[in-house]
Amino acid sequence: MLLLEPRPEPSRVMRTVTPFIAVILTMAAGAVLFAFLGTNPLDAIRVFFWDPLFDSTVASYTRPQLLVKAAPLIIIALGLSFGFRAGIWNIGAEGQFIMGAITGGGFGLAFYPAEGFWVFPMMILAGAFGGFLWAMIPAILKIRFHANEILVSLMLVYVAFNVLAEMVTGPLRNPDGFNWPESRHFQDYPSAHNAELLSGTGIHFGVIAMFALVVLCFLVLRNHIFGFQVRLAGQSQRAARFAGIDAALLTAMCLGLSGALAGMAGLFEVAGPAGKLSTNFPLGYGFTAIIVAFLGRLHPVGILLAGLLMALTYIGGELAQFTLNIPAAAVQVFQGMLLFFLLAVDILVNFRIRWKRPSGDRSGSEPALAGASAAPSAPLTARARDGKEGQT
Amino acid sequence: MTVLLDIRAMTKTYPGVLACDDISLEIGTGEIHALLGENGAGKSTLVKMIYGLVRPDSGHMYLEGLPFTPHEPRAARADGIAMVFQHFSLFEALNVADNIALGMEVRLSRSDLASRIREVSAGYGLAINPDRIVGDLSAGERQRVEIVRCLLQSPKLLIMDEPTSVLTPQEVELLFDTLRKLASEGTSILYISHKLEEIRSLCDSATILRGGKVVTTCTPADETARSLAAMMVGTNLAVPARRDHAPGDELLRVSGLSLRSRSHFGTSLEDIDFVLRAGEILGIAGVAGNGQDELLLALSGEERSPPGVIMLGGSDVGLSGPNSRRRLGMLAAPEQRLGHAAAPDMSLSENAMMTARIRRSLARHGVLDWTAAAEFAGDVVERFDVRTTGVDSAAKSLSGGNLQKFVVGREIQQDPRVLVINQPTWGVDAAAAAFIRVTLVELAERGAGVLVISQDLDELMEISDRLAVISGGRLSEPHPTAGIRAEEIGLLMGRTGDSRAAA
Repeated sequence: MLLLEPRPEPSRVMRTVTPFIAVILTMAAGAVLFAFLGTNPLDAIRVFFWDPLFDSTVASYTRPQLLVKAAPLIIIALGLSFGFRAGIWNIGAEGQFIMGAITGGGFGLAFYPAEGFWVFPMMILAGAFGGFLWAMIPAILKIRFHANEILVSLMLVYVAFNVLAEMVTGPLRNPDGFNWPESRHFQDYPSAHNAELLSGTGIHFGVIAMFALVVLCFLVLRNHIFGFQVRLAGQSQRAARFAGIDAALLTAMCLGLSGALAGMAGLFEVAGPAGKLSTNFPLGYGFTAIIVAFLGRLHPVGILLAGLLMALTYIGGELAQFTLNIPAAAVQVFQGMLLFFLLAVDILVNFRIRWKRPSGDRSGSEPALAGASAAPSAPLTARARDGKEGQT
Repeated sequence: MTVLLDIRAMTKTYPGVLACDDISLEIGTGEIHALLGENGAGKSTLVKMIYGLVRPDSGHMYLEGLPFTPHEPRAARADGIAMVFQHFSLFEALNVADNIALGMEVRLSRSDLASRIREVSAGYGLAINPDRIVGDLSAGERQRVEIVRCLLQSPKLLIMDEPTSVLTPQEVELLFDTLRKLASEGTSILYISHKLEEIRSLCDSATILRGGKVVTTCTPADETARSLAAMMVGTNLAVPARRDHAPGDELLRVSGLSLRSRSHFGTSLEDIDFVLRAGEILGIAGVAGNGQDELLLALSGEERSPPGVIMLGGSDVGLSGPNSRRRLGMLAAPEQRLGHAAAPDMSLSENAMMTARIRRSLARHGVLDWTAAAEFAGDVVERFDVRTTGVDSAAKSLSGGNLQKFVVGREIQQDPRVLVINQPTWGVDAAAAAFIRVTLVELAERGAGVLVISQDLDELMEISDRLAVISGGRLSEPHPTAGIRAEEIGLLMGRTGDSRAAA
């Protein structure tokens, strides 16, 4: 029979390898799925993962899209990764993303048509601040009333949807827009427009900010006291308290940071690729970024790679829709499978699989029992490992 | 004396560990036989083989001359082997009779059982009322329930695993009387312990294990505690030199400390007063769960106190958090190593950063200096002889003793003015425990005030200058250790156990 044996130390190799295993398993399961949909699985995989980058006819259009789609995913996921490491679960980045777009975009439009180099930087700050404030709602409710931040932040996404609808039909409606429920277009306001900087690359200010943030988060996580406190709180709440970490402050900082980055991403998106505020603006980046954060092992470099991969599934999925007639939902199924496979193979980080002949020896089965009880040690429960060490 | 159980060349290997290596010993009828050894010496594995929990790789056992190969505990019990585990397996919500009935292989009617329980408990001085709810019983009384459960099966061999770790000195004496009476009636007892004085006063013979092998079999009464320890550990242990204690300046004054426990199973502190002086070790004895954890939290700064309650050399630290207290030189080492004193998956360098950042300047403007942290962790590893592959290894990869040396060393190397330490040698092998005690004494000699909270009374008698007892969240008046008798301490320790039982 197969036994799961706890490893003495988490395997570093597995920590790096499991995301790749998850990608391969997702491709395999996806191929089966596509076969059932009546598509040649190899074609589907090629259209998803190869054509967007290398196909001679479509790549010139799809390749720049890669960075455009990846930038918001990566920026949001970087913010989420701190909270997720500390066991603070902001599930409402989508709402903070929307609020950032509203506050940042609204801030810029308030100055229309005044031109000036200061408009766009101020919009970035306003966007980040909007996301920050929206994330402070679950933070304060959690600190003050122990309200579950998962539920509160998630529910606030739907509030944000309605705020957005209210804004584009009210204060932020384009005065010259024939009553369409959308804001003024940002490309009509050069000082506020997040334009493509190098044509044909998809690079805009958000992409540059994304790369800068990857480096910054990497340094903070490794070399700054905040990163250390986040990691420590994720390991053990008691050890964190012993180390003098203020749990309330940490909660506020993690939620605030993820909200600010999501808001900033929302501003880059609305002022650039989306080009205007409308009810069609939210594309689910805030939710997909959760997958990106875990797939990237909550590590900035991993998140960079995972964000690019996830962007690829978006683009490949669109391509598959009109070349192979695969339904749009297939993309979400694909992304969902990726997260599930990752959580499943994650067990290999802390456990190894061993083949053992069944026998009546009770002592031999002890590791298996221990393994079974400790098995749900996927990232979502990683903070629960607080137990005393065993004593003989 | 006839031989009851003859164990010959028993060997058991676990992956990577030779737990029992060719172990042979004989237990006579009516003999109290000690099995003595450190953690990991193979005591538990050997006993599990006798009780049918583990099958040996090779070797034989003979019970009253007949081959004995229990393949499960039920078979061992049927052949007359009974065992009282260190951790009780009782249902707190049920009464004594129900608990005993659940463990019996033979079904008895309720009234028969109750009268048998009364009979056995009266016969062996194990005062226990079958109708009491187990949840209301003290640890000593719970142990009696376990013993009575075993005795109802009329065992030939009774195995006791570390039975005194939860008992007050008075309860220990009662237990010993019971065991001696049983032995005089022909029941053999295999007594597992690492408490040397107990073994000397109770046991007829002792088999000493080290690293899975039998070191020797001896008559404990003919040995000294020191010589037994030397056999158990393989070398002579360091013993802190008794020192003349001249009390220095007042360092820490705690007055009227009360703290509601956050945990349902915790004990709230009530009106605790004490003074800790420079160069002094103040010991706090007590049975587990009487407020020790809460006291450490209140002193480390993890729990805050009102102004004026905790005064550190003239400054009021009641409202300060752990890091402010560290800045002022007040350090702490909690009992639970993994998940409280240390982060399990973090490296030793990172664990050094955890508490030493402020006093050892391991960070500047929030930027962490990992080189300095690794250097500091390396210092601790070297000075405190922590066995590890390096400062990059995860805390949880260290053995309990080595991690404890690291945790204690990490605080001592920060040159504390006041060190508060809970269970400094809990689950630590004898050599490491001796080493930790010596370093605590040295720390006090350098002028620090050391508060040692421990359940090991021998340890406190050995190192502390004054001794107080915590029970039910209250602290007794500290007494100078010289001249105090263990029985007096025991009376203070047992006080709340009785009052609780009465309630």
